[in-house]
Amino acid sequence: MSAGDRDPVVAVEADVLDNERVGAYQRLTLAVPGVAATARPGHFAALTVGGETSGLLLRRSFSIHRVAAGSDPAGDRLEIVVADAGPGTHWLTQRTPGDRVGVLAPLGNGFSLPAAPGECVLIGGGYGSAPLPWLAEHLRAMGSRVHMILGAATRYRLFGAAEAAAVADSVHVVTVDGSAGAVGLVTDPLRQLLRDNNIGAVYACGPMGMLRVVGELAIEAGAVAQVAVEEAMACGVGVCMTCVLPIRGHDGDTRMTRTCLDGPVFDAHTVRWEAAADGRVAVPADAVGASSAPVGWSAR
Amino acid sequence: MSGAAYEMDVVDLSVDLAGMSLPNPIMTASGCAANGPELHRFFDVAEIGAFVTKSVKATPQSGRGTPRMAETPSGMLNSIGLQGPGIDAFVAHDLPWLASAGARVLVSIAGVEAAEFAHVAQVLATCPDRSAIVGLEVNISCPNVANRGLVFACDPASSAEVLSGVRAVVPADLPLFAKLSPDVTDLVPIARAALDAGADGLTMINTILGMAIDLDRMRPHLFGVTGGLSGPAIRPVAVRAIWQVTAAMRAGTIPTAPIIGVGGVRCGADALELIAAGASGVQVGTATFHDPRAPRTVLTELAALLAERGISRLGDLVGAAHG
Repeated sequence: MSAGDRDPVVAVEADVLDNERVGAYQRLTLAVPGVAATARPGHFAALTVGGETSGLLLRRSFSIHRVAAGSDPAGDRLEIVVADAGPGTHWLTQRTPGDRVGVLAPLGNGFSLPAAPGECVLIGGGYGSAPLPWLAEHLRAMGSRVHMILGAATRYRLFGAAEAAAVADSVHVVTVDGSAGAVGLVTDPLRQLLRDNNIGAVYACGPMGMLRVVGELAIEAGAVAQVAVEEAMACGVGVCMTCVLPIRGHDGDTRMTRTCLDGPVFDAHTVRWEAAADGRVAVPADAVGASSAPVGWSAR
Repeated sequence: MSGAAYEMDVVDLSVDLAGMSLPNPIMTASGCAANGPELHRFFDVAEIGAFVTKSVKATPQSGRGTPRMAETPSGMLNSIGLQGPGIDAFVAHDLPWLASAGARVLVSIAGVEAAEFAHVAQVLATCPDRSAIVGLEVNISCPNVANRGLVFACDPASSAEVLSGVRAVVPADLPLFAKLSPDVTDLVPIARAALDAGADGLTMINTILGMAIDLDRMRPHLFGVTGGLSGPAIRPVAVRAIWQVTAAMRAGTIPTAPIIGVGGVRCGADALELIAAGASGVQVGTATFHDPRAPRTVLTELAALLAERGISRLGDLVGAAHG
């Protein structure tokens, strides 16, 4: 699919409607007319930061927490979850109703729902869980059974635990320090769920290391694994080429692929996880056009 | 009729850049707009003067690992590594799309040796969608493998070698623009070398080489170590470069040729500043990352600015600051 065939993107200076503290995070509600028609779980929004005279030029991208359709499209609302992680996101966490923020949404490819109802596990690390309650609602609406695993280093870094009980058939909370739920990692309850149930699909959002292990466990158990990656993006719309990951295509070839256009959701088995370490991603030697590839143009 | 459309009608924004006839001076900047469909979701790519594509090389390029960018005050560093499909896929897929959208395409070409630039140019000059191509922008800010990796644009002889090689394989009616790097002691001799070797015009400036260090890792932030600095932070450097080369043209030191200005343009007033320094065309680059509508918005704002000042022809303001 070429970018031109995609659903329209709403580009708007959005009114901030609400900004609510949730644990270590802020949940921002924005007026984004028309967004509800096309936004799906796994899509993201790209926001400007710092106001009109800001020296911070690059957009910050956030997984959409949920959208709420208004009585007409003008009343559509979009919610995101922001962690204060630097000057740009700090500015966002300080917005109050009446402020305006530039929003592009919905962007990217969201989660694919299974063809038939089944049993699913949804896994969120930290505020990576932001889109999961909304995804759970979609899955349950089609008759799927939903298990949700929420994990974080400590309880303040959990997101969605309060909402989870209402949208999931079972909820498993884990923290590394044991301040909420069981002591451990998200992979502990995942192993058990995969062993004791007939899990058809696993959906996960969070850090790369977690996604890799979740993907491996799911695939081993014969489940489909869809993971939403978090690569740094400058534009969110496919023009800056900074958010790439090595992804194996249908033809078996690996390409440095824009996660903003072809992701952020990928089938876990297509991601070349071994290329990523320590927040950096190398180009696999066998990737199309890798500098190590022995194809000189003049040798053709 | 909207105010903006009205202003575009009362102000003659058309430009002729060495035979490259455009309805207005605003363009995308190479590497800041991908190859068309991505931005077409936000504005009609046929409405701006020209669409400048990502630099294309002879073969597919994976580009570098990540991180590929770092945000800096009023700008950013990037180190993409010219990721792209290669010239054969470009003429098979990218160019036909741009042609079907009605875009006037200024194709940016790159290479690691003069012969690669010439090969890419030759494929373009003979491809089925040749009529959509209004010119070639020769990105000589690439390392020259035959000269210890020194960037072509930092050496007059290397710059001339690339331009004369490309000139030799494309018809005389296909305008060539040499894209110059500001990372040189004196731009004028490089501009002269490019023009003498067959460039019809100049695009300036490319990014400025920069670097950022990740203090947690105590290592370079970018996977590629160094990167190109772009954005409003470098606009004064672009204004200076355009001014100096225009002054040399006016003094008769180098041949007179059109200049396409690029560097940190975010609004209509920024575009007008580059025009006043001597540019007849203006590219909008990094601002597109902030807002994908930026090239179209700059066009509307520029038209409004000229109308406000009672200027009926954009050409009257090119180089106006030189008096």
